[in-house]
Amino acid sequence: MKVGIPKEIEPKEFRVAATPKTVNRLIKQGFDVFIQKDAGLKANFSNESFKAAGATIVPSATEIYKDSDVVLKVLAPKAEEIELMKEGLVLLSYLWPAQNPDLLKKLADQKVNAIAMDAIPRISRAQKMDVLSSMANIAGYRAVIEGANHYGKFLNGQITAAGKVDPAKVLVIGAGVAGLAAIGTANSLGAIVRAFDTRLEVAEQIQSMGAEFLSVDIKEDGATASGYSKVMSKEFIDAEMALFKAQAAEVDIIITTAQIPGREAPKLILEDHVKVMKAGSVIVDLAASTGGNCALTKNDEIYTTDNGVTIIGKLDQLPNQASQLYGNNLCHLLDDMGKAENFKINMEDDVVKRAMVTYQGKINWPPEPLPVSPQKPKVEEPVVSPEELALAKVKAAKQKITSMVVKLSVIGLFLFLLGKVAPSDFMGHFTVFVLAIFVGWQVIWNVSHALHTPLMSVTNAISGIIITGGLLQVNNDISSPMTILAFVAILVASINIVGGFFVTHRMLKMFKK
Amino acid sequence: MISTQIQTAAYLFASILFILSLGGLSSQESAKHGVFYGIAGMIIAVLATVFGAGVEGHIYIIVAIAIASVIGIIVARKVEMTAMPQLVAILHSFVGLAAVLVGFGSYLDPATHLLQGSEHNIHFVEVFIGVFIGAITFTGSIVAWGKLDGKIRSKPLLYTGRHLVNIILVTTSIVLGVLFTMAEGNEGLPFLLIMTAIALFIGVMLVMAIGGADMPVVVSMLNSYSGWAAAAAGFMLGNDLLIVTGALVGSSGAILSIIMCNAMNRSFLSVIFGGFGEVQHGSAEDMVGEVTSIDHEAAAEMLKDAQSIVIVPGYGMAVAKAQYPVHDMVDILKKAGKQVRFGIHPVAGRLPGHMNVLLAEANVSYDLVLEMDEINADLPKTDVVMVIGANDIVNPGAEEDKTSPIYGMPVIQVWNARNVIVMKRSMAVGYAGVQNPLFYKENTDMLYGDAKESVDKLNGFLRQG
Repeated sequence: MKVGIPKEIEPKEFRVAATPKTVNRLIKQGFDVFIQKDAGLKANFSNESFKAAGATIVPSATEIYKDSDVVLKVLAPKAEEIELMKEGLVLLSYLWPAQNPDLLKKLADQKVNAIAMDAIPRISRAQKMDVLSSMANIAGYRAVIEGANHYGKFLNGQITAAGKVDPAKVLVIGAGVAGLAAIGTANSLGAIVRAFDTRLEVAEQIQSMGAEFLSVDIKEDGATASGYSKVMSKEFIDAEMALFKAQAAEVDIIITTAQIPGREAPKLILEDHVKVMKAGSVIVDLAASTGGNCALTKNDEIYTTDNGVTIIGKLDQLPNQASQLYGNNLCHLLDDMGKAENFKINMEDDVVKRAMVTYQGKINWPPEPLPVSPQKPKVEEPVVSPEELALAKVKAAKQKITSMVVKLSVIGLFLFLLGKVAPSDFMGHFTVFVLAIFVGWQVIWNVSHALHTPLMSVTNAISGIIITGGLLQVNNDISSPMTILAFVAILVASINIVGGFFVTHRMLKMFKK
Repeated sequence: MISTQIQTAAYLFASILFILSLGGLSSQESAKHGVFYGIAGMIIAVLATVFGAGVEGHIYIIVAIAIASVIGIIVARKVEMTAMPQLVAILHSFVGLAAVLVGFGSYLDPATHLLQGSEHNIHFVEVFIGVFIGAITFTGSIVAWGKLDGKIRSKPLLYTGRHLVNIILVTTSIVLGVLFTMAEGNEGLPFLLIMTAIALFIGVMLVMAIGGADMPVVVSMLNSYSGWAAAAAGFMLGNDLLIVTGALVGSSGAILSIIMCNAMNRSFLSVIFGGFGEVQHGSAEDMVGEVTSIDHEAAAEMLKDAQSIVIVPGYGMAVAKAQYPVHDMVDILKKAGKQVRFGIHPVAGRLPGHMNVLLAEANVSYDLVLEMDEINADLPKTDVVMVIGANDIVNPGAEEDKTSPIYGMPVIQVWNARNVIVMKRSMAVGYAGVQNPLFYKENTDMLYGDAKESVDKLNGFLRQG
């Protein structure tokens, strides 16, 4: 099977869909790899390195689209590229099917089987192919680096001979993959990191990455079945805005990552928020391409406002790193589809059937919904008022007293009846018995869990005390059945005593600090 | 010859020493003295009995004790710590046997038949109950020993109508007890013998119905029974020392059973009446995700990169006798400046506290060995958790999946750690027959193979620096 990688024709796109390393993997999977000349140059992969990895260099894209069975691309193909594609070609690329119905139609007309890498469902099994996650990870990292670059001070706090430097404060809004990557990066650079997200379930993830989770006083969970956040209520948004305003005055770098698929990004940082920020502080807006989370963001631009706040609406893609991760995602998908030998488009497969947006000349979009949430939805607990709670407590206490009285009466009655029939000797022994149980109960609960095995062997040993029974029964006549029985009893009980104590001692000696 | 008062005083002193002995087990340091209190108490008790009034046949006593001491010391010296559950079980059976013998002896004692009225009745009831408990303890412990030693299949033996059969057997025993108490002279002996046979049978069936991982509860329960058997013997002989000791042991076993049942979130009755292995083959929740496995080299790399490591051992470690290589691994990792600790689930292994003893045997410092509740809080900050031969005790289904048969059982939350390495022979389900979603988690990697060999291989890679 032939896999072809064309050069990206969009001038602003620096990435490439394969790297020498992923070419190597594809060849191991059994594919013949063809790559267009200079396809990797902008991501710093030379033609020679591809050749060394085993790929064949092809002069133009025409051959790639004509001869390949599978084509790997980064950006969605343009009309002139689609025209070159042969029938039945499998295309793996970003397609944004929801936003590009025309593109889907063109691909279907050309009978191209197109897999939208951005439509890979976000289920655990498909995580290794999830290009959105791997690209978001890069964006989060890059956002911090870019922000730090434009912020004129250290991120970490230092105490130097020349004086003390306070650590920078970074606010990350939205704790998806990009947000969490940003938190981790900022944290490792030594900044104080705070993060906000409407989904309460991510609080733990935020804290685990080393940031403080900010929340508003309104109980509303933004989590939805798709794993993205929903649009929140008005009260919530008001509280959120107040929180951002207070934070804006305090923090040095704000990184926003809030995006809702297929919609304009929510406006979270308004003009007033930017106004209260300190001169020199930085806003990095990762949602710039979908309208920006900051009202003042200009897409593909970096500029400074009148009050000295730098707003970054353009990010470098780290093309080398991004190509590598993207290429890995593609390799995983091809691996999952059966490698070269058993390559198959399995429309039963959860991943393939959802990402395959055009198949055999038909448009296969939108797919049936697949609810995915990183955590199970919480069960709503019934609301109980304090009065009810207090009432329930009183009731429970009353019930407890009643049941206690009943129990004690039963015990008392039992003892009374026992006292009526039993001889006095027995009552004496019975007293000892019951008190001994109480003592045992108290003593044993204090035994350390680690010593439960020694406890068992020592109780084994002391229950050998039954030897006294045998001792009292043995007599000088060895032929009497009683003596024989007693002899055996003494024998086995003594094994218990000696063996039990000995092994306990042996065990306890082993416990060392 | 000593007077009865002195004898009573000696018994009282022995009782105090026994209580101190058990009390000493509250910590590792005091436990070492505790054993000597127990030994002293036992010597005092035996001497006070032997030199008391009416004891004859000293020569037989000495012979029996001498033989038993030799056997006891040989067994106790030779036993491997992995075989402790078997030893404990077989020792329980001895107590049960002794109780049966003492019961019969007491019945055959001519003095018994001089008793009249309620004294006669109470004494016969005591004999009957003592023999009954003793017989169940005896055969139950032998079956438990067989199961633990692998001589009997550890799968629960369940048949329909077994509850009914048990009820019939117990009812028959009660009827026999009434007949026995009412019989004149030695005429009651057949009733006693039939009942003993029934009790022996109940003991077998009771433990046959219980599966391997429930053994901690069974052994604790038999521990408890052996105590009650001793206490019953005390009643029939009118001996307070036996009663006190029996009650101590009985409540100790009962408490252990409760602790074990709580640790499995199961009621005592459901364990005793079996039925755990019946229904739950395959849990209702389908597994999401896929199982990833790694090789030893990659696992060693993961350990090298980690700062804090927690090891969660289970019965598999005991079976493979992997505690020694595990100790070596801990040494290597600690030398590399890493924090290494153990997390022990209360029911890990086949005996309460079994893992602690195995690790102690391999010279692992007990400071490093923490209980479930202590370690759970630290797991989110842990880099790597190694699960060695454990399954159900690290199953997240117990917390997340309401349909899981083990739902509600407290477990060690290993999945909260950054990475989890699970050492396992294969993908087979654990004892409870429940799928383990842990294996399907993204941060979990499986390392297949025998635990001992695997740890040895890991040590090889770790030593390479």
